[in-house]
Order: sequence, then C-alpha cells, then structure tokens
Amino acid sequence: MDFLTILQILDSALRLATPLLFACLAGLFSERAGIFDIGLEGKMLGAAFFSAATAFTTGSVWLGLLAGIAASMVLSGIHGLASITFKGNQLISGVAINFLASGLTVLIGLSWFKLGGQTPALQGNARFSGIDLPFAEALSNVPVIGPIYAEVLSGHTFLVYLALLAVPLSWYVLFRTRFGLRLRAVGENPAAVDTAGVSVVHLRYAAIAIAGVLCGLAGAYLSTGLGASFVREMTAGRGFIALAALIFAKWRPWYALYATFLFGLLEAVSNRYPSLDLGAFTLPSQFMQALPYILTVVILAGFVGKAIPPRAGGQPYVKER
Amino acid sequence: MTAMPKWADITLIPLINLILAFVISGLVILAIGEDPLEALSVMIEGALGSSYGWGYTLYYATNFIFTGLAVAVAFHASLFNIGGEGQATLGGLGVALICLLIPWPHWTVALMAASVSAAAFGAFWSIIPAYLQAKRGSHIVITTIMFNFIAAALLNYVIVNMLRPKGAMDPATAKFPEATHLPSLGDILNSFGIPFAKGTPANVTLFVALAACVLVYFLIWRTRLGYQIRAFGKSQPAAIYAGINPVRITIICMMISGGLAGMMAINNVMGEAERLILGSVEGAGFIGIAVALMGRSHPVGIVLAALLFGFLSQGGAELSLWTSVPRELVTVIQALVILFTGALDGMVRAPVERVFLALSRDKSGTVRGPAE
Amino acid sequence: MTAENGGQPGSAAPAIELKGISKAFGPVQANKDISIRVMPGTIHGIIGENGAGKSTLMSILYGFYKADSGEIYISGQKTTIPDSQAAIASGIGMVFQHFKLVENFTVLENVVLGAEDGAFLGPSLAKARRELTELAREYELNVDPDALIEEIGVGMQQRVEILKALYRKADILILDEPTGVLTPAEADHLFRILQGLKAQGKTIILITHKLREIMDVTDTVSVMRRGEMTATVQTSQTSPTELAELMVGRKVLLRVDKTAPNPGEKILDVTDLRVIDKKGVERLKGVSFNVRAGEILGIAGVAGNGQSELLNVLGGIQTATGAVRVNGNDIDLTGKFSDARSRRARSIAHVPEDRQREGLIMDFKAWENTAFGYDDDPEYQSGLLMDNSAIRADTEGKIGRFDVRPANGNLEAKSFSGGNQQKIVLAREIERNPDVLLVGQPTRGVDIGAIEFIHQQIVALRDQGKAILLVSVELEEILSLADRIAVIFDGHLMGERLPAETDEKELGLMMAGMTKETSNQEATA
Repeated sequence: MDFLTILQILDSALRLATPLLFACLAGLFSERAGIFDIGLEGKMLGAAFFSAATAFTTGSVWLGLLAGIAASMVLSGIHGLASITFKGNQLISGVAINFLASGLTVLIGLSWFKLGGQTPALQGNARFSGIDLPFAEALSNVPVIGPIYAEVLSGHTFLVYLALLAVPLSWYVLFRTRFGLRLRAVGENPAAVDTAGVSVVHLRYAAIAIAGVLCGLAGAYLSTGLGASFVREMTAGRGFIALAALIFAKWRPWYALYATFLFGLLEAVSNRYPSLDLGAFTLPSQFMQALPYILTVVILAGFVGKAIPPRAGGQPYVKER
Repeated sequence: MTAMPKWADITLIPLINLILAFVISGLVILAIGEDPLEALSVMIEGALGSSYGWGYTLYYATNFIFTGLAVAVAFHASLFNIGGEGQATLGGLGVALICLLIPWPHWTVALMAASVSAAAFGAFWSIIPAYLQAKRGSHIVITTIMFNFIAAALLNYVIVNMLRPKGAMDPATAKFPEATHLPSLGDILNSFGIPFAKGTPANVTLFVALAACVLVYFLIWRTRLGYQIRAFGKSQPAAIYAGINPVRITIICMMISGGLAGMMAINNVMGEAERLILGSVEGAGFIGIAVALMGRSHPVGIVLAALLFGFLSQGGAELSLWTSVPRELVTVIQALVILFTGALDGMVRAPVERVFLALSRDKSGTVRGPAE
Repeated sequence: MTAENGGQPGSAAPAIELKGISKAFGPVQANKDISIRVMPGTIHGIIGENGAGKSTLMSILYGFYKADSGEIYISGQKTTIPDSQAAIASGIGMVFQHFKLVENFTVLENVVLGAEDGAFLGPSLAKARRELTELAREYELNVDPDALIEEIGVGMQQRVEILKALYRKADILILDEPTGVLTPAEADHLFRILQGLKAQGKTIILITHKLREIMDVTDTVSVMRRGEMTATVQTSQTSPTELAELMVGRKVLLRVDKTAPNPGEKILDVTDLRVIDKKGVERLKGVSFNVRAGEILGIAGVAGNGQSELLNVLGGIQTATGAVRVNGNDIDLTGKFSDARSRRARSIAHVPEDRQREGLIMDFKAWENTAFGYDDDPEYQSGLLMDNSAIRADTEGKIGRFDVRPANGNLEAKSFSGGNQQKIVLAREIERNPDVLLVGQPTRGVDIGAIEFIHQQIVALRDQGKAILLVSVELEEILSLADRIAVIFDGHLMGERLPAETDEKELGLMMAGMTKETSNQEATA
C-alpha cells in the first residue's frame, strides 16, 4: 500500500463519513433533548430522494437541498407529534418512519420517473461539485502535508465542509448558550425545565427540528454529493451506523466526528478491498460488509467503555401528579 | 382510572387506527394519479375473489402469524424484537441444512425436524442480543437491527460460497429432495373433497402456525413461565422482588421469540420455494411488528391482523400487476399501521376515552375517588 | 418558637387568595370548591392525609395544572396562571417534594436554568454567582455554586431549590412536604431559614402531613380532606388532636394497642453485613443485629442511610457480604440461592418499601398479584399449567380476611387505593406464615383508617411468635410499633434503644449520626 493509496482511502473515508456525521449530530441533538431517534435512516432516505428528484426536475442542487431538508423535517414532525405531543413510544415511531420513507420513496419515485424507483442521473448544476481549497494546487508539491491537503482535504463538496463546521458549532450551541443549557437539561430532567418555567414541548420540538435539518443535509449529500442519483434503499443502514457512532461518541460532538470518521474509514477500506487478503487467510467481502454492524454490536456491548445516555431519554414527559 | 371499556380497547381503537391508515394510503394513491376505490377493488378481487387469491393470502398470512407471534411474545416481556427478519433468515438456513443433508423418508418427519431446526436457528440468532440486553444493558432494538444486517451478510456468504450448486448463477441452494415437499393447502382440501385451487403456495404450515398460536396463548396466560414473562414485562423491579431472574427471562423469552420467527422458514423456504433463496424473508419479519401491534399481542388478534396483512401483500402484488400502483404500497400501509397503533395511539385513544367518559358521566354523575 | 398570628385581616390584601377552585382528573375529583386566604408575611400550613388533594392544589397555584373552575388572586389582583412561567412572573416559587434538579449540572447551572440573561451562558452564570453569594449571606443558604447536584446531600439540594425560587425574586414560597428526607436537625435549620424569609416579608405555604411541624412553625393552618378544605384556623388556637380529627373526620387512635412482647429465641441473626452499590459506594458498613421470635425490631433512620439496602439484602434483591442466619442456618448472600425466591423458600416474607414499584404489578389483577412471588406454590399448579381458579379462590379468602375494598379480585391493582393495595401485599406475605417478616414503610401513602388495621396485623403476627423487622422513616410509627429500636445512619447502626427508655429527641440525634456521648462532647467543645 503506497502513500497515494492511503491518501485516496482517507479522502474516500472523509466523503463516506460526511452523511454519518450529519446523521450522528442529528441524533445527538435529538437524544440530548431526551428523544430517541431510530428514524434517522428514514429521514435520510426521504431527504435523499426528494433532493435528487427536485434537483433533477429543477436543475438546481440548491433547490434539491431545500426539498431534502423539507422532507426530512416533515418526517421529524411526525416523530415529534408521536413522541412529544401524543407521548407515544419513540422507538416504534422511529421504526414506522423508516418504513414510511422506504415505501413512499419507491412509490413516489416509480410514479414520478418510471425508472424502477430510481431518479435519473444528476448532471451539472443538479449535483454538488467539488470545491478546490485555496493553494491546493500550489501546495501539492510540499512533501507529506501538501498531498494530504490537496488529496484528502481539498476538492470535496460544500456539504463536506459544512459537516466539519457543524461539529464545533454544535459544541458551542450545546455548551455555551442558553438554548444548549436548556436542551441538555430537558434530556436529563424535563421536570426541572418545566418547573423553571420553560416549555418542555417547545424545546423538544426545537431539538427535533434541528435533527430534521441535519438528517436532510445527510440525505441530500448521499444523492447529490456522494452519488449522482437516488437509488432504492440507498441509505443502506447508515442511519443505524450513525446511531452506533452516537453511542460510541457518548453523545458528544467532537467524539462524534472521530467515531463517524472511523466508520467512514472502515467503509472506504472495504470498498477498496472487497475481500481483504491478510496473508494467512482472506476476509470475504460479506464479512467486510457486515463489519460496521459487528463493530456496532461490540461497541453496544460496552466493551469499549460504558456510555451513559441522557437520563430522560426515550420517556415522554408527563407531569407528575 | 380509564372509563373506556375493554372491548373498545381491543376492537374499536385498532379499527379506527386501521381506517386512518387506509384513508392516508388512499390519499397517497390519489396523489400518484390512481383511483383508490378501484385499487381497493382490484386488491379484494385479487386476494379474496378466488381460491387462487386465497391461496396466496393465506400463504402470506402464515408467514405473518409466525413473525407476529415472535414480536408479541417479546412485547409481553417489554422487549422490542426488531430482529425477526434476521431470525427468519437464519431459520431458513436451518431448514435448508436439514432438508439437504438428511435423506428424509416422508414429509411429516421432515416437517417436524425442519420445524425444530428452524426454531433452533432462529433462537440461536436472538441469544446474543438477548444476552447483551440482559447482562450489559445494550439496547435490544439496536442490536437486533444490527443482527438483521449481519444475518443477511452471513447467509450471502453461506449460500454463495458453500451451498450454491456448481455452475448455478442465482444465489440459491439446490432444490430440496422430493420427500421434503410439503402438501399444499389445495392438495389437503381437495383430498377432503373441498375444491381449492392447486399451485398456490399456501401449505400445511398454516396449521402449524395456528397450532403455534394456541401454544403461545397457553404459554403466556396459563403457564408459570408466561406469568413470569408478563410480570417482568410490566415491572422489572417488581420481578426481581418476586425472585424472577431478569437475565433468564430475557434470554428465554427472546429465544422463544427468535424461534417463532425462525419457524416462518418452514412456510416460505420448505413449503413454497423448496430451496433457500437469498433474501427470501422479504420483510415479513418487519410486518410482524405491525401484526403484533395491531393484534394487541394476543394470538387471536395476531391471526386476524396476519390475515389483513396477507390480504394486503397479495392484493398489493395484484395491484402492481394490473395498475401502476407498486407493491411498496404495502410497506406504506404497514408503516402507517405501526405509526397509528404503536406510536400515535394517544392521538386516537384520548378522544375516544373522552367520549366514553362523557357517556359514563351522563349515566352516573360525577364519580368521586381518591386523588394524587 | 413563637408563632404569632400573622397579618391583620383587612389591613392589606392577601398575598394569595383562592376562590372556589375545583379540579378533576378523569373521574377523580382531586379538589372541590376550595377557597383560602393567605396574608403576606405569614407562614401558612396546609395539612391533610395522603391523597387529600394538597399537592394538586399547589400545583394549580404553580401553573402545573389548570383548575376546572375557580379564581386566583395574587396581592388582590385577579390572575390566571396557565403555566409555571406565569407563576414565576407572579412571584411564586415552589419547592417540590421530589426536587426538580438536573443531577449532572452544577448548582449554579440549576439556579440559572430558565432564568438566564440573554442567549449566551457566560454572563448569566457570572451574574448568578454574584447574586448567590448575597442570598447565601442574607438567609443562611450556603452552597458551593460549582458542586454537581449528584454529589451533594439532600439537605443541600433543598437549599438549591429555595435559592432557585429566591433568584427568581419569589415573594411567595410553597414547600411541599419539605422535611420528608431531612434529619430533625436539618429540618430545624430549614425552619430557621423559613423564619428568616418570613421576617423579610415573604409569604410561605408549608404543605405537610406532620402535625408537629404545623404546630411549630405556622401562623395559620388549613386542613384538607378528600379534596375539600375542611377548616382554616389560627395555629395558636388549635391542638394536634383537633387537627388530626379534622384531617380524618373522626376520632383517631394515635397509639397502637399491643401487649408487652414475649421474645423467644433468635430467629434472624445478622452479622457484619456490608453492601457496596454499583457506583462503588459502601451503603452498609458492617451492620449486626438480631431479631427474636415474637419481637418487632424497628429500624429508624432518615431515608437513604442504608435501610433500603438492608431490606433488599434480606429480601434477596441485592447481594452483600457478611453473614445472615435464619433459625441458625446460614443463608446465601451472593451465590445461586441469593435471589428472592430462595428467601421465600427459607420462610422470609417481604413487604417492600415501594409497593407500587416492587410489591405489586399494578396492571395485574388482584388475584394475579396474590400469586406474585409464590407462583411456584404447588397449590397454584395444575399439571403444566397454573391453576387460576385456585388462585382466584385463595384471593377471595384473603380479600375477606384483610377487608380489602372493593372486594373484587378481578380489579387491577392500580384501581385500589394505597391502603387497600398494601392490604393485598400484606395478606399475601403474612398468610404465608413466615418465620421472618420484613416490612418497609408499611403505612406510606396509606389512609389513617387503614393504618390501624395494618399495624394490628403486624402485631398479631408478632404475637404468633414470628420475628419482624420493621423499617420506617416515620419515627412515630417506630416508637409505637417496635419492641426494640435500632437507629441507622450512614450505613452504620448507631445503637439500640427500648421505646420506653427513649424519645424522639434522642432518636433524632442518633438519626443525625450523633450519640449522647458525641453530642455532649460537641456541647463542651
């Protein structure tokens, strides 16, 4: 494996980590506010479809992005209605949202484009193109740092840089603002927030709305940045991997970056080497495909440090009598 | 505290939920430019209009009875098993190995052996998530989802690299031997002189599924194990106070659940395909969630809900054949049923409860009782 | 403590006036046509049994619930209080029975939460830090602003709650059962703080079911019974007996009728019991005691000092080190036979502290709860299945003998009142005729009528020669029921006393970790 291959794998890892990072931060806002969100997958899928479909139809990737975010927000709204307003089971609501997105994207896609559930390939302004960072060309000859800058960091789409920016932003919002204090409080003890005269319902809806926007970005990136069309079930379990990354990250923004990059790296390696030859034996491609899920189970089993979730997570807030 | 009678809880509420799901699906059909009423009539005609249609509807229903029971048994212990898909996948492997490796003299013996094997493989696939939930507090919802993905990859490897006949292209095992072929529902009914279309996939497994319902009923409501499962599901601290071992109950309950999901394979793998094909569970594991929610985790309700989803699956297939409405409509309806019965229950329940409360107040005046 | 008659009626508008407040939860009428006037600068007590509707009334005042009908006046102004925000704006602060604090936040963050200045945290926290120092000086409310809530004691947490209210400029402070988790000394400190607040012109409403507190600190007192306000009187013109009668609606016996004990041989023998919890904190630090046949040993102590762990270990819910012998035989504390079922097999019955969380499955019917913990009883089996008709028949008998009302075994446990739920648990455990009965908080949340009955049943079991371990945070209950009293503090037993040779004062000191000897030392030091 030469230096260039490593750089290419890292570059690919960053791309693949981006949707995971958006989704992971979405889960972070939602779960920090006490709302479990297994519907990340469905929201991403819905956003991926609507951004590709809109981008193709209008020819503008920006309108596509907005449509993707809107689709994800609608699904978030349903989740909020079920888990906040009607105090339903958040897990079941998430499962329902995943199926709803899975069914509706194909149903609408078939009747819209008649391409077996896909959207036509996106070209030109209908997809995000790479942005060359300043001096990438000039620095590329500087040893080590130059190629890393030019090959790994430069040349990604706008959304990749937005995802990276979202990390410090999330940290600042959560830990340095009034909104963040209240959001974290509502995930730990909603009664404390309620008796302090702040609306639990508003805060939780705000959290869910942020999650909706972030999932929308994740989905839009999948179909208009990473890929160039929508394909059936194109999220392929990424929502669940993001959820695992969230647990791995112990519900903290910076750790979320590290965790999602690790999973992105894993996917990049398995894309590059479908069956990994380790000398003595060869890891079959199926194993490489299953590896993120196996790793997630290992993480969930708590062998990599105990993660303490927000205390009020998963419980609808009912005023005590 | 609630003034709502029990019958309303088990019939009226699911019915309203179902109507809501249907109305919204109808709107979706309208939105894609088709006529919902005509779609419904195509579905009814295709699924229930002939014994041929019934043959398919009952075949699907058999799958859903197994996966619905699987989800329901876990629900009774407050465990949410989303792993039915993976457990049924593994059950398929169990059936395939039994049918391919052992020369069976007669289908009856083969069926019994395959049932045991399917259940064992399905149960095996639920042990690790159960153990991790019980011992390490890893959320079973996430672990069972992960195990679905892992099961798909595992089966892919086993079929492609080990069980695929030489030279074959499609990812499937060889055809099972003749002696393991199960009699179809048509064969059985015709032998009793009842006319029923031949060549439909419904088979003798339907009766195994119904027997499983009876057994689950007795298990949950009449045995000590069932009593302990229900107690554990209602309150874990209370269960520990009563000396019920939470680890033991979680693992046993999940194994029963996984075993039931695995047993679905005798229907789709042994009864229908007569070989193991990759991806043959086709989402039945997930439909089990809707079936269990709608059937209120009770065998009778599950049979009815399974019939409903069997109808939707067959009707949906017919629909995609004759109109431009695709099969995925069933996924949408399934999602809506899960949403309304499982998550938005309060939306429907609260107004219905208010109606009953108003009715009971009219009758007896204000009821007084202790507060706080 | 001098309790003056507060405020001269007519001279100023009442700080709070409620007119005709009614509130129903579904079919349950929690408050019925309640009217009350509280003058500024006074301490007003509201007393009533569990379930009388006190907390509901105060929650309405704090905007937690909306009253179905009635009017609220604050300082003479008619006000609506749709939410807690409005209550805070009207100058009302509330200290709930279960504190509303974020455990992994600091004191400062908890105080600031919901009362921040501006969108950014930095300046808000700095301002709160300054104000907190001032409030601490003014009212004896010292707390470390940077301590995490989960790392400070309950007394301290309560001060944070009071600080939260004062930081929001509350003029009216409502305290709901504030002394439940406090030692007598901490309670006295709290009452000093309240007197200080009163001197500054604040109005205080104290909700309690403890007559002593009402008599000690309030100026006026209102009595609630079954959702109605039965009387409002000047504290100086009433007596505990009168208040008790007003609470219950009939004459009550405050002492238990029982004969002198006739202790036999040691049945339960506990030696050097130690428990370390999941966080690594030692909860029981070498506890030794014994209970004889025909004897009630009462464990007194403030909640959270290890008594729950003691019951859990003996009941097979928690593991421990040390030795426990029953009838001379060792019981398993850590191994395969340390579970609750094995305890029952060794003739140890357990009435748990929290009957709704542990003792009963609230969604199960009464008859199903009769088999709870005893589902392996051969009487309840019929082949492979459970003999439900046998369990039902057994339940009918128990309902009759323990006077459970309504006498219907097919009702779910949650539809019985607290007292009747407790009778279902007691019937199940006592009728097993155990050698050892563990009883935790037998009358918590139980109406006074049922308390007498429950106490009689416990005494009757003692008189049959059984060993009874009674854990209660109600000192009065321990004093009247126990034959011998051990006081637990911080995982240690502070010593044993006979009820006739001690009093609330001595026990209170022991509950705070002081024996006579150490408190004398402190006095001389």
